[in-house]
Amino acid sequence: MIEVRNVTKTYGSTRVLDDVSLTIVPGGVTSIIGANGAGKSTLLSIIGRLLPADSGRVTVDGLDVTTTPGATLAKRLAVLRQENHTSIRLSVRELVAFGRFPHSRGRLTAADLATVDEAIAYFELEEFADRQLDQLSGGQRQRAHVAAVLCQDTDYVLLDEPLNNLDMRHSVQMMRRLRRMARDFAKTVVLVVHDINFASCHSDEVIAMRDGGVVAQGPTAELMTPELLSTVFDLDIAVHDIDGNRIGVYYS
Amino acid sequence: MSRVTSAETFARVRRRENRVLALLALAAVATVVAFCLIALRGNWEYALTIRARKVAAMVVVGCAVAVSSVLFQTVTNNRVLTPGIMGFDSLFVLVQTLVVYFFGALALSSADPRLMFAGQVVAMVVFAGALYRWLFDRRSRDLYVLVLAGVVCGTLFSSLSSLAARLINPNDFVVLQDTLFANFNSVDRNLLAVSAALVAVVSLWMVRLFPRLDVLALGREHALNLGVDHRSVVNQVLVAVAVLVSVATALVGPITFLGLLVANLARQFAGVSRHRVVVPASALLAVVALVGGQLVLERVFALDTALSVIINFVGGIYFIALLIREAKR
Ligand SMILES: Nc1ncnc2c1ncn2[C@@H]1O[C@H](COP(=O)(O)OP(=O)(O)OP(=O)(O)O)[C@@H](O)[C@H]1O
Ligand SMILES: [Mg+2]
Repeated sequence: MIEVRNVTKTYGSTRVLDDVSLTIVPGGVTSIIGANGAGKSTLLSIIGRLLPADSGRVTVDGLDVTTTPGATLAKRLAVLRQENHTSIRLSVRELVAFGRFPHSRGRLTAADLATVDEAIAYFELEEFADRQLDQLSGGQRQRAHVAAVLCQDTDYVLLDEPLNNLDMRHSVQMMRRLRRMARDFAKTVVLVVHDINFASCHSDEVIAMRDGGVVAQGPTAELMTPELLSTVFDLDIAVHDIDGNRIGVYYS
Repeated sequence: MSRVTSAETFARVRRRENRVLALLALAAVATVVAFCLIALRGNWEYALTIRARKVAAMVVVGCAVAVSSVLFQTVTNNRVLTPGIMGFDSLFVLVQTLVVYFFGALALSSADPRLMFAGQVVAMVVFAGALYRWLFDRRSRDLYVLVLAGVVCGTLFSSLSSLAARLINPNDFVVLQDTLFANFNSVDRNLLAVSAALVAVVSLWMVRLFPRLDVLALGREHALNLGVDHRSVVNQVLVAVAVLVSVATALVGPITFLGLLVANLARQFAGVSRHRVVVPASALLAVVALVGGQLVLERVFALDTALSVIINFVGGIYFIALLIREAKR
C-alpha cells in the first residue's frame, strides 16, 4: 500500500504540492491525470524518493521512503521519470540489464539475463538491442527505459508518462502489459497519462490533480464524467460509452 | 530465427574488454622495461636502482591521477572536468605552503613526514569536500560556469600559495621549494613507499565500489531508483580523490591535464564506460604516457625539461578541443 500523508513541496514561493494525502491500494493500475504543471511528476518523484518533500510522509508497505535503505526499497519500488538523459555511452541491452542491479548488485545471473532477454523481446527492441541509446528514435528509447524499469521486477512500479513518444500500437501493448502485471502478479502500477482514454480503458483507479492538489480519486468509471474532466482540464469534454469503455471526445 | 542472447553478447563484450586491458598492460610493461634497460651504461646496478625508483614514482603517480580523474568524472557526471582542472592539486600546494607559513620549515622537515602528510590529507578532504558541495550540489550545473569556477579556484589557490611563499622567511622557502617542485628525479624513498601503499589501499577500496559507480554514472535519479546510496558513494569517492590527489601532488607537483587525457582516451579506447575496464585502462595509459614520455625526453631528445610541461601542453589542447565539441552539442 502506498500512503501519502500531508505532503507539501514549494519551489521558491510557489507551492507545487499543497498538503496532498492519498492512499493507493496494492494490486491494480492507477492513472494520475491533470493539466501541465498540476504537480503530477513532483508527486511521483516524491513517492519514488527521487525528490525530498518539504513536509509530510510517504510510506510504501509501511516503509518510509526517505529513511528505508535505498537497496531495500529498490527491490520493491521502481520509478521512471518523465525525462531520461544519460550522459554515458550505453547500449539498449546494457540499460535494460541495469534494471536487474537491485537484485544482482552487478553480477548478472542466468536468470537475470533471461529476464533481460524477455523484456527486450516484449518491447520489440531486439533489432537495436546493441545500439547506443542516442542512436534510437524517441519512442524506441522510451521503450528501452520502460523495459529497464520493468526488469527491476518490483511490486510497485511508478511511471511518469510511459506513453511519451510511443505510436498507437506500442502504446496499447505497453498498457496491456502493465494491466497484465497488475492482474496476474498483483503488481501495483501508478502512471501519469495525458491521454484520458488510455487512462479510462486500462486503469482501475484514477487520481485527478489540479494546482498541486488532488481533486478526485476513485474507480475509473466514476471519474470519467464530463463534469469532473472539465474542472480538471478547463475544457469541454463529452464522454461516450463505446464498446463498454468510457471515451472522452474533445478534439473539435 | 536465431536470436542473440544477452548472455552471449555480454560474454563477447567481456572478452573484448579483457583483450583491451591485456594489450594496455603489455604496452605499459614494455615501456617500463625499455625505460629501465635502454642505454644502461657504466655502473649498471646503481643506474638500474635509480631508474627503478623513478619508474616506481611514475607508476604511483600515474595510478593516483588516473583513478582520481575517472572517479571524479563519474561523481560529477561530466567528461571534461578533472580534479586537476578544478584546482584540487593547487589546493594541496596551498595547504602545504600554509603549513610552512604558520609552523615554519622546521615543522615540515622535523615532524614525522607521514604525520605531516596525514594532516595535509585531512585538510584536503575537508576543503575538497566543501569545494565539491559548493560547486556541484545544485540542480542546474552549467559546464562553462564550472570550468570557469575551476580556473578561478586554481588561480586563486596558486596565487595565495605564492603570496604565502613570499611572506615566508628565505630559509624556510628553500625547504618548501624543494618539496613543491619535486620531480621524478628527486623523489624521496620513504615518501614513495608510503604513497604506493596509500594508492594501493585506496584503489582496492574503490574497486569494491565499481558496480555502484557504474550505476551512479547513469545519473543521480537512475542511481537512486536502482538503490544506490548516492550521497554515501559520492562522499567515499571524494575522500579517495582527495587522498590520491594529495599523494600525486606531494610526489611530483601538479600535472593538471594528465588525468583528463588518460581518462578520456581510456574511455575511447575501451569503448565502454564500466569502471572495471576504464579505471585500470586509464591507469595503464597514464603509466605509458609518463614512462614513455620521460623515456623519449631523456633518451631521444636528451632534454631536462619537466615532463609535466609537455603533458600539460598536449592535454591543454585536448581540453580545449573537448570544450569546443561540448559547445557544438
Ligand atoms: N526544479 C523546479 N524549480 C521550480 N519549479 C519547478 C521545478 N520543477 C517543477 N516546477 C514547477 O512545479 C510545478 C509542477 O511541476 P510538475 O513537473 O510536477 O508538473 P506535471 O503535472 O508533471 O506537468 P506535465 O504534465 O507538464 O509533466 C510546475 O508549475 C513547474 O513549473
Ligand atoms: Mg510531468
